[in-house]
Amino acid sequence: MIKHIKNITNLLRKDLLLEIRQQYTFYGVLLYVAATIFVLYLSMGQPEGPVWKGLFWMIQLFICVNAVAKSFLQEGRGRLLYFYSIAGARDFILAKLLFNGLLMILMSGVSLALFLFMLGDPLGHVGYFVLITCLGGVSLSLVFTFLSALAARAQQGAALMAILGFPVVIPQLLLLNRISTIAFEDVLQGGLGWLLAILAGLDGLLVALAIILFPFLWKD
Amino acid sequence: MLRQTWWKILCVILLAYTVIAGFLGAVPAKPIVNETIRNLYFHVSMWMAMMVFLTVSVIFAVLYLRKPKHAYDIYSLEYAKVGILFGTLGIITGSEWAGFTWGAFWSNDPKQLGAMIAMLIYYAYLVLRNGIPDLDKRARLGSVYNIFAFAMLFPTIWILPRMTESLHPGGQGGNPAFNDLDPRMAMVWLVGAIPGWSLLGVWIATLRIRLALLAEKKLYNI
Repeated sequence: MIKHIKNITNLLRKDLLLEIRQQYTFYGVLLYVAATIFVLYLSMGQPEGPVWKGLFWMIQLFICVNAVAKSFLQEGRGRLLYFYSIAGARDFILAKLLFNGLLMILMSGVSLALFLFMLGDPLGHVGYFVLITCLGGVSLSLVFTFLSALAARAQQGAALMAILGFPVVIPQLLLLNRISTIAFEDVLQGGLGWLLAILAGLDGLLVALAIILFPFLWKD
Repeated sequence: MLRQTWWKILCVILLAYTVIAGFLGAVPAKPIVNETIRNLYFHVSMWMAMMVFLTVSVIFAVLYLRKPKHAYDIYSLEYAKVGILFGTLGIITGSEWAGFTWGAFWSNDPKQLGAMIAMLIYYAYLVLRNGIPDLDKRARLGSVYNIFAFAMLFPTIWILPRMTESLHPGGQGGNPAFNDLDPRMAMVWLVGAIPGWSLLGVWIATLRIRLALLAEKKLYNI
């Protein structure tokens, strides 16, 4: 058990250090976020609450696809084999899920800040929305991490990952859209507890599937 | 088993019974649905049959991952294809039914959305398989994604629509409208429709499997 935690922390540290040193993914996605939101602002101006909310989650989706796409596609074959042999497939995928989750939280925060800055602030409760954004970012990243592992093996790259991923994230986006209404007005969102529980359940299912299925993926 | 004819004849008889009794048989007169309740024999049966095929497909996918026999992969793929066909037909028959009873062919009903999402996930399975040239890798990745897609069927079609308000019977936590099914309809539905459509799908799948196996044999034993 301790060994697993140590493995996961070490792999997570490795990813974080690589990110800080190479800054390959980080600046690339940051630029993508800024450019996309800027283009959106130029075309939409400062939209009303529901439109703002819908646009925000769509942008989150595309940011996630871009941010997570590189996680498996940039590692060389020999290096992956090395990691699997020292840490095992389960610890590896858990470390990747955690890393991408953290990356998405950071990117979601940046995109929320840019949205508030450029597209106006129709939010009633910013605090709630920040929490929902973190939850949403993590949820989306779980899906795309697993699917990028699959797509990397198929050598098809980011396009296939997007195709595989879009149907799977639709329920999550719908749930997130409904949950975010509480941040806009003081409306009593019926069944909020249920919605959050369903989203958490869906995320749990995805993590479980990733952990169970990933070991079959890496055997080459 | 694949070549025997008795179950194929049974399939034809059951489907003939379903169609004839389905259109001529007595049905209870319910408000709004009226005569369209006969679609139970087609729309709902197709979804039930789809679940059967996709379950068989995922079982073969798991079998393939445990022991990489190529035949398992062929079985898994063909049953998945038939399952996808029946699922698509289910959506089409459902939209037709909705057009007459709910007023629009597509009304963003949670179960409609869930079914569409589940079908999109399985279409992506076919796209994934086509994109991998290497046979073994295709089989392995296909099996992994098959298991993933099957697991996603449950939240999207069965769990989420039951929990939210829905035009489908069973929404908002209720039970599907099978509890008070009229016995005359139950007879046609349980004895004729579900086994009939399932056997038809099995027939289609087994024919395609036999064809694929023969093609493989020809390819390798020239």
